[in-house]
Amino acid sequence: MSEVNSVEKMELKVKDIIQKYGSDRGFVVPILQDVQKEFNYLPKEALNAVSSHLDVAISRIFEVATFYKAFSLTPRGRHQLSLCVGTACYVRGAPLIESNIERVLDLRPGKTSPDLEFSFDTVNCLGSCALGPILVVDGEYQGQMTVSKTNKVLKKLGKKVKTDEN
Amino acid sequence: MVNLTIDKKKVQAEEGSTILKAAQSNGIEIPTLCYHDELTTSGACRLCSVEIKKGERTRIVTSCIYQVEKGLIVNTQSERVMNVRRLVLQLLMARCPESEIIRELAEKVGVKPQPRFKPDEDKGECILCRQCVEVCEEVVEVSAIGFSYRGADKAVGTPFVEPSRACIGCGACAYVCPTGHIKMEESDSGKERVIWDKTFKMVACKVCGRYFAPQEQLEYIGKKTGVPLSKLYTCVNCR
Ligand code: SF4
Ligand code: FES
Repeated sequence: MSEVNSVEKMELKVKDIIQKYGSDRGFVVPILQDVQKEFNYLPKEALNAVSSHLDVAISRIFEVATFYKAFSLTPRGRHQLSLCVGTACYVRGAPLIESNIERVLDLRPGKTSPDLEFSFDTVNCLGSCALGPILVVDGEYQGQMTVSKTNKVLKKLGKKVKTDEN
Repeated sequence: MVNLTIDKKKVQAEEGSTILKAAQSNGIEIPTLCYHDELTTSGACRLCSVEIKKGERTRIVTSCIYQVEKGLIVNTQSERVMNVRRLVLQLLMARCPESEIIRELAEKVGVKPQPRFKPDEDKGECILCRQCVEVCEEVVEVSAIGFSYRGADKAVGTPFVEPSRACIGCGACAYVCPTGHIKMEESDSGKERVIWDKTFKMVACKVCGRYFAPQEQLEYIGKKTGVPLSKLYTCVNCR
């Protein structure tokens, strides 16, 4: 598909989403959430389309899009891992899990693998400290995480995991 | 009118006015950095902090925002105020180590950089007061710049950190910036101006020949006011 064509398609999609919210600029955040759901991240062209169809300056849209951690301006992986490093998870070993995931995926927190398979980031408290350490795998909370459990999770998601055991 | 006391002086101020304004119109000086008369007050720098007393309670407030109240007793020089001001300046100095304006303000009250506050290296001279964003949105009405990210990463700039299509190169942001963070440069010949990484062609005055304004700014003014461009191509001095 040609570049122009896909941008046009994107515009139409954005227009649809905005209309769903009655073109009300008070709904910028839910609109951006839907746009992100559609494209898996917030592409620049989509943000520009939101700006023009909502008649809100792109500088304002950019402020909102960069303010919330839930929004991403770069493509995110097919699988998303968020590790809690809030105080409770931290003291229960989140740093060990973090360095293990970093090693296995060869990814620093906040980054996405070049093959767009994995995104990994850390968050500060998910409000479920009793379950800590918590790893959120594609939106699903998995509690009482350990290094070996993360390896299982990663294997299940199709990642070859090299451990000392094998 | 509201009656209040500032530094033992009985003063009157209009209802809805701020402590800062009341002080200024009575010759009492309160240091400010981010305050700008014509723009929405942001209260970002906290340099204008003063102590107020209501009944038995005293507390520190931001004088550029805090509205005058009947019977308020304000102290702009107390030890508590000076401590706050010194701390604010220490923090501002750590954020913007290169800022001359902040250094001068600090020197006035004998504040030196503190080893306990590690100087930032990536913040330039920006104190995040948002005055530039305000002027661009409310006065110039182009909204070319804004903030991005938050917390320690918060910064001012154009969307996607690239030259903005909306920017008309007027330089209002650089003009209102209290610290001089925003750089606007003109080429030696005066034919070009660069601001926010965008290069603007300047227009030479039809009468005196001096390069006086960016083409895009004049076009924008023409569109907004309906004044024909041919008229706008003459600089203010020659009109
Ligand atoms: S660039 Fe200047 S005016 Fe804009 S927020 Fe920073 S300090 Fe304030
Ligand atoms: S001058 Fe009042 S907060 Fe900056």
